[in-house]
Amino acid sequence: MNPETESLHASEAGLSTIAEMSPEMTKQYLTFFLDGEEYGVDILGVQEIRGWEKPTVLPNSPSHVKGVINLRGTIVPITDLRERFCLDKKEYGPLTVVIVLHIHTDDKSQKVVGIVVDAVSDVYDILSGKIKSSPEVDHQASSEFIEGLYNVDEKMLILLDIDRLLAEEAEYSETA
Amino acid sequence: MAVDISQFHEMFFEESFEGLETMENGLLNLQPGSSDIELINDIFRAAHSIKGGAGTFGFNGVSEFTHDLETLLDLMREGKFAVTTEAVEVMLQSVDCLVNMLTDLKEKRDVDYSASQAVSEQFKVLLNEPGEAVADTSPSSQSPDQEEDSASSSPSTAGDSNWHIEFKPYPEVLKTGHEPYRLIRELHELGHVEISVILDELQAYDEMDLAECHLGWTIHLSGKDIGRDNIEEVFEWIEDEAGLVIEQMNTTEVIAEQPSTSVDTVVPSPDSEVTVVVPEDLKASNDESEKPDLASVQKNDAKNQESKSIRVNIEKVDSLINMVGEMVITQSMLCQLSKEYSSDRHEDLVAGLAELESNTRELQETVMALRMMPISFAFNRFPRLVRDINRQLGKNVELVLDGEQTELDKTVMEKLGDPLTHLVRNAMDHGMELPHERVAKGKPETGRLFLKAFYEGGAVVIQVGDDGGGLNTKKIRAKAIESGLITEDDELSKEDIQDLILRPGFSTADAVSDLSGRGVGLDVVRSNIRALNGTLEVQSKENEGTTFSIRLPLTLAIVDGQLVQVDDNVYIIPLTAISESLQVETKNISTIAGSVDLYRLRDENIPVVQLNKIFGHGAYAEREIPKMMVVVESNDRKMGIVVDELLDQQQVVIKSLEANYRGVEGISGATILGDGTVALICDIHDIFGMSAGQYKQDFEKILTQNTNHAA
Repeated sequence: MNPETESLHASEAGLSTIAEMSPEMTKQYLTFFLDGEEYGVDILGVQEIRGWEKPTVLPNSPSHVKGVINLRGTIVPITDLRERFCLDKKEYGPLTVVIVLHIHTDDKSQKVVGIVVDAVSDVYDILSGKIKSSPEVDHQASSEFIEGLYNVDEKMLILLDIDRLLAEEAEYSETA
Repeated sequence: MAVDISQFHEMFFEESFEGLETMENGLLNLQPGSSDIELINDIFRAAHSIKGGAGTFGFNGVSEFTHDLETLLDLMREGKFAVTTEAVEVMLQSVDCLVNMLTDLKEKRDVDYSASQAVSEQFKVLLNEPGEAVADTSPSSQSPDQEEDSASSSPSTAGDSNWHIEFKPYPEVLKTGHEPYRLIRELHELGHVEISVILDELQAYDEMDLAECHLGWTIHLSGKDIGRDNIEEVFEWIEDEAGLVIEQMNTTEVIAEQPSTSVDTVVPSPDSEVTVVVPEDLKASNDESEKPDLASVQKNDAKNQESKSIRVNIEKVDSLINMVGEMVITQSMLCQLSKEYSSDRHEDLVAGLAELESNTRELQETVMALRMMPISFAFNRFPRLVRDINRQLGKNVELVLDGEQTELDKTVMEKLGDPLTHLVRNAMDHGMELPHERVAKGKPETGRLFLKAFYEGGAVVIQVGDDGGGLNTKKIRAKAIESGLITEDDELSKEDIQDLILRPGFSTADAVSDLSGRGVGLDVVRSNIRALNGTLEVQSKENEGTTFSIRLPLTLAIVDGQLVQVDDNVYIIPLTAISESLQVETKNISTIAGSVDLYRLRDENIPVVQLNKIFGHGAYAEREIPKMMVVVESNDRKMGIVVDELLDQQQVVIKSLEANYRGVEGISGATILGDGTVALICDIHDIFGMSAGQYKQDFEKILTQNTNHAA
């Protein structure tokens, strides 16, 4: 999943893909807003984007897990990314967006989870070589699941490693 | 490009474990002294595929080990090695070894060869005694067969051996790249070869398919020190694709059997006489009237292999297809209706929807039935277990299985294995008396242990019973007093005894064995069964035996539930757990120390549970407890769950929370209601634990507050 190693492989092997023509691999990221910042996730992990619907609350769950919804017969947990990142809560409204993601867990199985974000922004083609690693952020443990930073024009995108985000979740559940 | 062979490993392991199961069952049915060729063949085939597969995947330890086993089986199926108890025992041990080895390989652990080496040694001992008698004609008196064999071959000088080989490749053999000529040439290296051709299968020239092999060969091989192994090695790669008979014979017979009508030389070969026997009725023998034996043997093989891989009853699949068909028809009918819908066709619409509903329900039931498997899958392991324990403890117990075709949900079945094993061990160890004890009691020497499964109501009942000593109430009493569970003065009712033996740490066995007696038994069984929403009961009569009855719901996938409203949430309480529902009389609620509510239900005081409180959604304010209460029971304990409203009762399909999230205490799963929202299904057993924890917390809070005050 690491884009840097991927680009390395591509140039080494000289594969006849787009990668051959551009010196770097491009990956597409879906970005969304959260408290004024723009975050991105690998678009290949995105299953769909939905409006907010009230989930069924789960007993004794961490506050950022808002509950579970019925996604065409599958029970899918919904995590509020604001609360996950310890940001101020925001009222859910008709514009609140849930991004449904596929996540690969350690045991190679796939899970489907939803994250609540403020709004969806854009899709960017990102050159993996230009992703900067995030500096050691000391006041937030959340930096562990940040894949890197990427500058577009004036803006900075925060790219999230969604698989790690859930790995965190699993750790949490063991202690819970 | 190299093929990644590891992708086939999974399949190999699966097949091998299946094969080992076949072998085990076969071996258990193999009576000493029997000559059931079919059975031995079954075992042999299973061993052979494991050997072949292991060789292909480079698990040489396994294939070498299996080779010894195979050799022994091969001798048996030719009647050259008597089926003895020892031999069967060693082979059973080897099956265990193989299971361990393959499990290790599957888990990618280092394989421990020490056990297999020990068994290998035993094989060598077995094979060297009578086995050599077969190969090397040294005299032996192990079995009549062998005596005959060795007697007949002893006149010829030691080391000289004569073999009669009948080799009939199947027609397709050439397509798989085998060349019979090479094999025959290889035989030349072993000794003197005389060959005659079998032309029975040869077709008329104009009908002949040139890509097929229609020839067979009869080969007489004579030479010094030729063992069966040497010959089999030559044919190793082709034995699945050819009829092959290898027999040892003495010299005189060879000459007598030699065909007299040698006509023509076909395969030129420097050091052998090759003769062709031309049958007079070459054409006639082509007719289907004469089917060679080999072909029928091959058919048997195919049949056996087919039945192994089909797990779902074909009828179930057929009815499923039928139902989907009906549903498609209904759907297209509705579709049609929607195109030309007018208000006067409303009735048609309602009728169509009703049909769709009934289709859907039937479909659901059939799909659920696909998960059902006969309980024989869980019972299968017990013949072996009983046999082993018999040997180990010197007991004489016969296992009787009944109702093996009773079907049970696959998930339930998988979780049932351990509890059942435990009960069986328990019955063997504690329940059954030794043979002499039984005789002394005037009972038949052979004890009977029965495993029974049957339907009763909406549940499956599985019984593990024995005709042994029954529960020794005195002993249980003494033990209970000794371990401080009861006092000398306590009277024990039947229920008490039942309760006692199911308690953790309770054992009446005099000595702790590796079978049972550590007292970590029945309570674990009970909690396992309870986790499956089942119950465990004991019935016992002194000197007549003990019966454990497990009662389980038919399926874990669907539950009959009571929908209840608590605050904003709808929960489902399984109907099986509910004993009654009632309106709350406020005067019947008393509160201990301001935190624990008890409800006076007739003569009982039952704890009152607020779901929203123990689920961490905030409690009801004092004296605002809602008006309805559902009384639930689990393991003879009762509690009242207060709810705002009782809604529908309905069957719900259980969906797992773990699939995308994780297990949640107090919740056994989720389901989707008619309006598309998710409702959580309460796990009553968990909730008992949680509420107990809640009380403990509440009381502790009071205690710490008090101590703080004191300080």
